Amino acid sequence: MREGALVLGQLFNGLSVGSILLLAALGLALTFGLMRVINMAHGELLMVGGYLAYLAHRWIPGPLFPLPALLFGFLGAALLGVLLEWAVVRHLYGRPLETLLATWGVSLLLQQAARNLFGPTGVEVTAPSWLQGALTVDRGALAGLVLPHVRFFVLALSGAVLAGVWGMLHGTLLGLYVRAVNQDREVCGVLGVSTPRVDRAVFALGSGLAGLAGAALALIAPVTPTVGQSYIVDAFLVVIVGGLGSLLGTALASGMVGVLSSALQVFTSVSFAKVLLLLTVVAFLQLRPRGLVSVRSRALEEGTHG
Amino acid sequence: MGRVTKLVLLLVLAAAPWYLSAYDLSLLGRFLALALPALGIVWLWGYAGVLSLGQGVFFGIGGYALAMHLKLVGLANQELPDFMVWNGVSALPWWWAPFRSPAFSLLAVLCLPPATAAALGFLLFRRRITGVYVSLITQALALAFATLLISQQGLTGGFNGLTNFSTFLGFDVGSQGFHRALYWTTAALVGAVLAGAGGLLRTDFGRLLLAIRDAENRVRFLGYDPAPCKVMAFAISAFLAGLGGALFTLHVGVISPAMVGVVPSIEMVIWAAMGGRTHPVGAVAATVAVNLIKDRISSALPDAWLYLAGLLFLATVLLGPSLSRWRVLRRAKLSASSSQQEVAYVP
Repeated sequence: MREGALVLGQLFNGLSVGSILLLAALGLALTFGLMRVINMAHGELLMVGGYLAYLAHRWIPGPLFPLPALLFGFLGAALLGVLLEWAVVRHLYGRPLETLLATWGVSLLLQQAARNLFGPTGVEVTAPSWLQGALTVDRGALAGLVLPHVRFFVLALSGAVLAGVWGMLHGTLLGLYVRAVNQDREVCGVLGVSTPRVDRAVFALGSGLAGLAGAALALIAPVTPTVGQSYIVDAFLVVIVGGLGSLLGTALASGMVGVLSSALQVFTSVSFAKVLLLLTVVAFLQLRPRGLVSVRSRALEEGTHG
Repeated sequence: MGRVTKLVLLLVLAAAPWYLSAYDLSLLGRFLALALPALGIVWLWGYAGVLSLGQGVFFGIGGYALAMHLKLVGLANQELPDFMVWNGVSALPWWWAPFRSPAFSLLAVLCLPPATAAALGFLLFRRRITGVYVSLITQALALAFATLLISQQGLTGGFNGLTNFSTFLGFDVGSQGFHRALYWTTAALVGAVLAGAGGLLRTDFGRLLLAIRDAENRVRFLGYDPAPCKVMAFAISAFLAGLGGALFTLHVGVISPAMVGVVPSIEMVIWAAMGGRTHPVGAVAATVAVNLIKDRISSALPDAWLYLAGLLFLATVLLGPSLSRWRVLRRAKLSASSSQQEVAYVP
């Protein structure tokens, strides 16, 4: 393979990894960025979406099953998210570290439940034929370049989801409420916005996005009980690098993290790439402690729920 | 706790080798070793308000530093540890060589974890990175550390870690005498940390730490820099975790990535949380109790443990505030350390 094909292939790979990270991180950007809620079970909501896609794959015949599968993943995870918010998270608003521990407990429960229901090894979803091929370049300077269709699909999906969430935040009444509550919760409450309902809606949306990400991921890799664990840490790094409460920052950061980690993997091993990525993030935070895009605020304490 | 209660507890612990079976004694010793990282979390989270989800890393650095010495002791000059031979490593890596010396290894156990923590803490706290950011970054550190250990099989023993130790400082690590001495050492260290905590908390450093936890910005406005205090607390907690890791390695005879990654790191936090976060004795008691339950349940019903662990996390956090309020009433004299009130969420 020529140099150009290698670089371009790796770049595409990085963007594709980044787009998966973006899908996983978008929900986090909503719940963590806008509500300051650390949901450690976010990865498990992603896993639930993956298993729902698997069930959809088994029950729905025909080549178009990925579309209902994505819908199932979204709705199922959103429903579970509402339940989680009602049972656990709403009691802990304003106490992020406690929320973190409690949702970690939920993630343990969900993981073990998945292990008992679907087995420890994981299940596979075979992508339909229209997603299975790959775009290959045989001639010219880029000979040997292979770009799988399914990766294009995920890339397009994450772009569409990003646009959808942005549209929701900036074009709907709910989005207006969400942004307003994020700026000043108390004043919003005084003006008649039911902040608990806004919280629940944001949490449901964030959880649903995790489920959607899981359903999309099922097309690429097998769904295992620990699939959430493998994405959650990177997704949190993306949100931190991107900056609290900024969709643009999250999108840029997931692209950067994806490309950087696949570039690092060319030069070192996968595990060293992880270490180097973390060091890069810590170094980056020295320059911009508030992330890529920081929302200007006159509040003294960032991270308090108020 | 009254003086009499303390004395009775001390005697009960010290006499354990005479009334516990060898197996139970080794369990108790191992759990007491695990109590050290939990005590570190009491310092870092309970007193400084910084929640680290990467304490397993420091536990692992301490454990591996000692285990490397234990693998090298008794080998001839050109001989290699068994797992290196199996993995086709031909020469001892340079960073393994100093661990031939027991003095260097012990020094590494005591210094390497706090030094690592201080370096990371300096980078984070200097730039006022606080709260959940620190938790998430340290968790990423735990993941990276465990992944690195597993991937470098020829240098670290990979997934299986380092095991098969024979002697330490000339003693046979399998002998009963060694195990008793190790138990007493562990118990004495835990006791010393418990005894020292109150005193350290009453120094200027301790007071400043509590003040930073409760209102970091006010401390800053009064002209103090919170960063050095938090770095110090991070180093203390890493020191305790590293010490615990080294003792644990001796007790169990193995250290592996399974004990240093994301999951064990967060388990350590829950021991401290169950004990009441600002309550050192509670942290030790909770560590021993949870691990005893874990040992009993995971040998009988392996599946049930994770469900129970999940419920334990939930119960600790959701019921925790009412429990700690009760303790606030009882421990009103140590008022500074027990103020748990955070800004209430008003919907």
